[in-house]
Amino acid sequence: MYKKQGIRAFIFLLPSLAGLVLFNLIPIFASLLLSLTDWSGLSRVRLFHGFFQFVGDKFVGVSNYSQLVKDPEFWAVLGHNAYFILMYLPLVLLFSLMVALIIQRKSRMASVYRVLYYIPVLTSWVAGALIWKWMLSPEYGPINNALSAIGIKGPLWLQSEVWAMPSIVLASVWKDMGFYGMILLSGLLAINPEYYEAADIDGAGYFQKFKSITLPLLSPILFYVIMLSLINAFQLFPQIMVMTKNGDAGPNGATMVMVERIYKYAFKFGRMGYAAAWSWVLFVIIFGFTVLQNVLQRKWVYYES
Amino acid sequence: MTAVLLSAVTLLPFFWMLSTSLKDYGAIMALPIQWIPKNPTFHNFTDLFQKEGMTVSMLNSLVVSISSVTVTIISSAMAAFAFAKLEFKGKEVIFLVYLATMMIPSQVLFIPLYLLMGELKLVDSLGALVLPSVFKVFAVFMLRQRMMTIPNVYLEAPAIDGAGVFTVFLRIICPMCKSSLATLAVICFMDSWNDYLLPLVMLTTKTKFTLPIILSSLNGQYKSEYNLLMAGALVSMLPILLIYALAQKYFAAGLQVGGVKG
Repeated sequence: MYKKQGIRAFIFLLPSLAGLVLFNLIPIFASLLLSLTDWSGLSRVRLFHGFFQFVGDKFVGVSNYSQLVKDPEFWAVLGHNAYFILMYLPLVLLFSLMVALIIQRKSRMASVYRVLYYIPVLTSWVAGALIWKWMLSPEYGPINNALSAIGIKGPLWLQSEVWAMPSIVLASVWKDMGFYGMILLSGLLAINPEYYEAADIDGAGYFQKFKSITLPLLSPILFYVIMLSLINAFQLFPQIMVMTKNGDAGPNGATMVMVERIYKYAFKFGRMGYAAAWSWVLFVIIFGFTVLQNVLQRKWVYYES
Repeated sequence: MTAVLLSAVTLLPFFWMLSTSLKDYGAIMALPIQWIPKNPTFHNFTDLFQKEGMTVSMLNSLVVSISSVTVTIISSAMAAFAFAKLEFKGKEVIFLVYLATMMIPSQVLFIPLYLLMGELKLVDSLGALVLPSVFKVFAVFMLRQRMMTIPNVYLEAPAIDGAGVFTVFLRIICPMCKSSLATLAVICFMDSWNDYLLPLVMLTTKTKFTLPIILSSLNGQYKSEYNLLMAGALVSMLPILLIYALAQKYFAAGLQVGGVKG
């Protein structure tokens, strides 16, 4: 047996471990320190030569963080993220549940649907966002043309302060429903078919069965999907960058969101330190939800005993 | 009924993309809109490849994705083997550190990663996109789970015959994990092919752009020429669709691993 093979184990671990240190641990540490500086990003900083000296020179303590909390823009951005989630979460749950229920059937068509619904997941966000930007074109897009065919004057979508975020939500639900649908499917397939057979004998209808069997037995994976989509939703970025044009993040900043701000403070506005602080606030939010997930999971979710 | 409706909702945008990519600039501005182009043309595709450097971007994307997959598979399989089958000091602690990094969103890392790549003289090179894939915690985790299910007899018998630990890893463990490795390969390929944030930060020269970056730069350049943009979107999708068609079962398996999302 291969016990006590410290050196060989180390060789096996080396590439991955080097990656962990170089591309994770050092950046985490550096990012924490940078968030305590007022570094603009313009002056050159070397990570391995005089980094601590540099951090010492530019050190401003926690003022990035206190400035962030006082900045009305930060709260507006947080609000935009929350607004996105509020619309996105119920819709993506509803549609991914529909996807899962459709593709769980044991028919030839179900396997075709399984492929179809997955295509948006395979598509890069840049391509998907471009497609939706064009779908939602107020004048030449199919959506407004369809609306006008039934006598409704469609909104300006991405060019309207009110409709910009719902447009992003629409594209995001379209992109993600196949992904969460496939995860929910694995939960559906794990339900013992005997429950349904018993319910059939008792003469239960479709919705009765859905409410009394499917939903409770699906609750662990449903909960997982809710938390996962919540955490992912805080990181929304490419669709914002592509759909609402560079720099302005939508009419009157209506689609400014966290990652978009972090990117722009770091690489467009020359405020690296501030951007790093912002990214740590994002981490705290995501971390908070992860902890919440673990606590609530124990409390709420019904597990089959 | 719902199934058909939902399929229509899913596919219509792609159909609109396809139809637009075959129109000329005049036709996309024509009302009523044409779902089937009246005078289809391949002009947008030839323009993309001849004038807009799409060929180079396509090659860049291929190089980055294939290299990333290779690097991830090799380093993760090795690490997973150490965690699953070898004994060494500090194993539990190191593995905990691995798991802890799952909590850190990539958005926290990209600023210092940019500095780091500057240090390594890799800013504006494809290497900056490939190197970080040497550490993929979900890959290590997934392969470790798989390798732990392999009974130790498979390791003991060759050891008695005098086979070294490296031989056992290459000849026995890796072949036994073939389908897990394939699953990982398709997921990592998709992630890398569709990646946006890292190449956006790292690449500045047009000849270095990957497909998502050239697409978003075309988006800035040709705001209203959707015929060209849709042709670009279509081209960028084709390779991944092809892989999906060939390896569908591995994509499905990959989802069971957990929240790996493109």
